[in-house]
Amino acid sequence: MPITITLPTVLAKLADDQRTVEAQGATLGETIADVATRFPQLAPRLRDADGNPYAFVTFYLNDEDIRFTGGFAAPVRDGDEVTVVPAIAGG
Amino acid sequence: MSETQTAPGATTFDAIARRLSALPELSNEEVLRYSRHLILPEVGLEGQRRLKAARVLLVGAGGLGSPLALYLAAAGVGHMGLVDFDVVDVTNLQRQVLHGTKDVGRLKLDSARDRVADINPHVTLETYETQLTSQNALEIVRDYDLVIDGTDNFPTRYLVNDACVLTGKPNVYGSIFRFEGQASVFATDDGPCYRCLFREPPPPGLVPSCAEGGVLGVLPGLVGTIQATEAIKLILGVGQPLIGRLLLIDTLRMQFRTLKLQRDPTCPACGTRELKELIDYEEFCGVRKAAAEARAAQAIPEVTPRELAERLARGDDVDVLDVREPHEWEIARIPGARLVPLGTLAEVLPTLDPTREIVVHCKGGSRSAKAVRQMQAAGFQRVWNLAGGILRWSDEVDGRVAKY
Repeated sequence: MPITITLPTVLAKLADDQRTVEAQGATLGETIADVATRFPQLAPRLRDADGNPYAFVTFYLNDEDIRFTGGFAAPVRDGDEVTVVPAIAGG
Repeated sequence: MSETQTAPGATTFDAIARRLSALPELSNEEVLRYSRHLILPEVGLEGQRRLKAARVLLVGAGGLGSPLALYLAAAGVGHMGLVDFDVVDVTNLQRQVLHGTKDVGRLKLDSARDRVADINPHVTLETYETQLTSQNALEIVRDYDLVIDGTDNFPTRYLVNDACVLTGKPNVYGSIFRFEGQASVFATDDGPCYRCLFREPPPPGLVPSCAEGGVLGVLPGLVGTIQATEAIKLILGVGQPLIGRLLLIDTLRMQFRTLKLQRDPTCPACGTRELKELIDYEEFCGVRKAAAEARAAQAIPEVTPRELAERLARGDDVDVLDVREPHEWEIARIPGARLVPLGTLAEVLPTLDPTREIVVHCKGGSRSAKAVRQMQAAGFQRVWNLAGGILRWSDEVDGRVAKY
């Protein structure tokens, strides 16, 4: 079973309008890199040019903020769920 | 404050602590008005007196500020402060239910004052006709028990957060975009702050505003009432507030999800506390740099709507490209233009004739400026940006073209 990545609607349009995409990898970083390769337009919204996470996009791995569990180096297992939470400012 | 009282059935957390003896009494009219609250054991007479004693600062009288002001006034929050400097625009009315059609052109604070007075004459509303700034924020925030963030931009969100951390006031956060919202309670004694969630803002232009990206009209209603609920819980000291939790609201799927939030020990605001005073938030959010870049971008060749109209009327050979999205094209278009959404421009470029004169337009002129730069980089030399986009075309050439 692959890893499932849930995107907010604003990013889903950059992934062929899919709210959830499946990806492969041993770490979160590899998983994100897999998605970035398949959806080049989405890539710069998920991580910077060096492949590092942004300070304004938070990733949750099964409800845990990955910054406290190893960041992109955090290991992932089949069936894990990743949620992408970008900063929004509307009011 | 040693003599902290909580309502029966309350979950204990450090609420807005006030001595029972310091709470104002309710008149008989107020007792009747709030009867549906008074019969809730979690509110009761004491809780309603706590609401009456409470001082809540709302930053922004827009989409989120509307339900916040309406419901907190109705609930009997005794003293509300409202910060806003904007005027009611007709495009606000789709979601900003604090204001009505008759209020278009009035200060939002004026229509807010009228509505709040009508809903509940027992509420004192203090208005601040100003932008919240690094110079005035601490002074304003200090007078309140808690702050509710109903702003619409990153610099003010970081400003509100930092002012709350520095003064020790809870920051009831809510944010919306298109069909999705976020809510949390930041800057309490033990909880995380906004910077623990997003250390830095995105660069300007990456995340569109609601004016550019749109927002479902009821969404601020949903998120604002969640913020109002959290504010009331903090005042009453009941339930489990959204401290250390981020609520994600997805109206298309109608899913509500809470994620754990932790205080980041390296957070400069609430962790290391190296942030000792308010900073320049425009600078922090890159707004100044972006403005300078925008000025530099004005080196892009431009044509005004009147000039373009004259050229088209003369029968000049001009290829007019509209780089907006198809749903915008449905709303309004310039006669003779053809639709090439910005995202598809790269594919279409090889089919364009670089010897012809090309004018590019969008809604307001910024997307088309990007398109012109992209075309210049691809070697096109006879390409102009339509200054002010279709909005200015409507103003100056053809008022029948709808503005949106």
